[in-house]
Amino acid sequence: MNWQWFHRLSSPKWFYQISGTLLPWMWGISFVLLAFGLYQGLYNSVADYQQGNTVRIMYVHVPTAIGSMMFYTMMAVAAAIGYIWRIKLAHMAAISIAPIGAALTFLALVTGSLWGSPMWGTWWVWDARLTSELILLFLYLGFISLHSAFEDRELGDRAAGVLAMVGVVNVPIIHYSVQWWNTLHQGATISKFEKPSMDPSMLLAFMLMLFAILLISGALVMYRMRNEILSREHSKSWVKEVIGL
Amino acid sequence: MLVRLLQRELLRHWRCRQDLLNPILFFVLTVTLFPLAVSPDGEMLGQIGSGIIWVAALLAAMLSLESMYRDDYHDGTLELLLLQSGSPYQVVLAKIISHWLTTGLPLVVISPLLAVMMQIPTTAITALMLTLLIGTAVLSLIGSVGMGLTVGLRQGGVLLSLLVLPLYIPILIFGSSAVSAASMNFDYTGQLAFMGAYFLGALSLVPLASVAAIKVSIR
Repeated sequence: MNWQWFHRLSSPKWFYQISGTLLPWMWGISFVLLAFGLYQGLYNSVADYQQGNTVRIMYVHVPTAIGSMMFYTMMAVAAAIGYIWRIKLAHMAAISIAPIGAALTFLALVTGSLWGSPMWGTWWVWDARLTSELILLFLYLGFISLHSAFEDRELGDRAAGVLAMVGVVNVPIIHYSVQWWNTLHQGATISKFEKPSMDPSMLLAFMLMLFAILLISGALVMYRMRNEILSREHSKSWVKEVIGL
Repeated sequence: MLVRLLQRELLRHWRCRQDLLNPILFFVLTVTLFPLAVSPDGEMLGQIGSGIIWVAALLAAMLSLESMYRDDYHDGTLELLLLQSGSPYQVVLAKIISHWLTTGLPLVVISPLLAVMMQIPTTAITALMLTLLIGTAVLSLIGSVGMGLTVGLRQGGVLLSLLVLPLYIPILIFGSSAVSAASMNFDYTGQLAFMGAYFLGALSLVPLASVAAIKVSIR
């Protein structure tokens, strides 16, 4: 089998060029989606019969929560690829994903508590989902600060890669143990956002926002990766050409 | 080979005995602070005691991780051991076992005393000791990865807590819930079985990750 495409995929220069052509499209599409999604979510969809207009927070909350978990998995996979096959680009991807993922986790927590305040009458409960999301934030922060603690970036890559691999094995264990802890102590809590019973206008708003937020985060990650490539490969001749030295 | 490495580790710990006492003192002292801060009321303490003892054990185990690698790292012994023993896996395993023998086990031994002080019912003391016995072993295992990653760093201590405490959460949940179940005369074999499974899983996987971690620090 011809592996050339794979090696080309791992070349920073190739990635820099292809992402340069992709990024404008990603920004454009994601802003169109966001505009439609916000219009649909804020004006054009029905209010929930129980939650009223507060349900509109969900159009931001659920996509960020989904993104936070998806990005952690992506980060761990990228770090593992980088660690095992020693691909620099994969490490750069992992490092670029981490702050975006942490931001999504933070947003999910904030929007969740903004929703919780009128709905549950409290900003925070020690519910299984909330707690595991909070722990996810700590895992992200641990990854970021371990990487930045190393002066040698390549060494930091490998260290953070080990941590991400250990972390991703633990995430399901933490998730289920937290769930069990919760059910042990307080019984079934709180409403789940039930998909089948959703109004079509709500579903449309939700899907638009989901794709918009994931695409924006993806574009931000790509943007960070391009910066990371330029700063790490600054001595290469093609980089000097790009930045016009 | 493993036995010789283990002997060396234990001898090293024996030669600075005072350091062995510190985690235990820390453990006792932390638990002592809670009645002062919360309430000396016996019923209240009985309810929260298992959680407090578990959190204190967790912190004591974490703070004592330094002794696992730091000295050997700084005088270069660790590098030689990894290079010359022929099996980094065994070096790491010996370090983990000796860390558990020198900090985990003493914590288990002293815990009944603290349980009595915290008014935990006598029926729950066996549960406390059993869960701590398995739990501290897991703490030593997972902690070795975190310590391996941070041993070469200047600000290692604070970072270490950020890295390992989230990973300690499952053990904390099951350990303390087993003890509170036992103090209400409930069955706690489920929690114990989970901890056993977690321990076996960690025992098979963590030393490999730990070798990878220490290799990053040694280069």
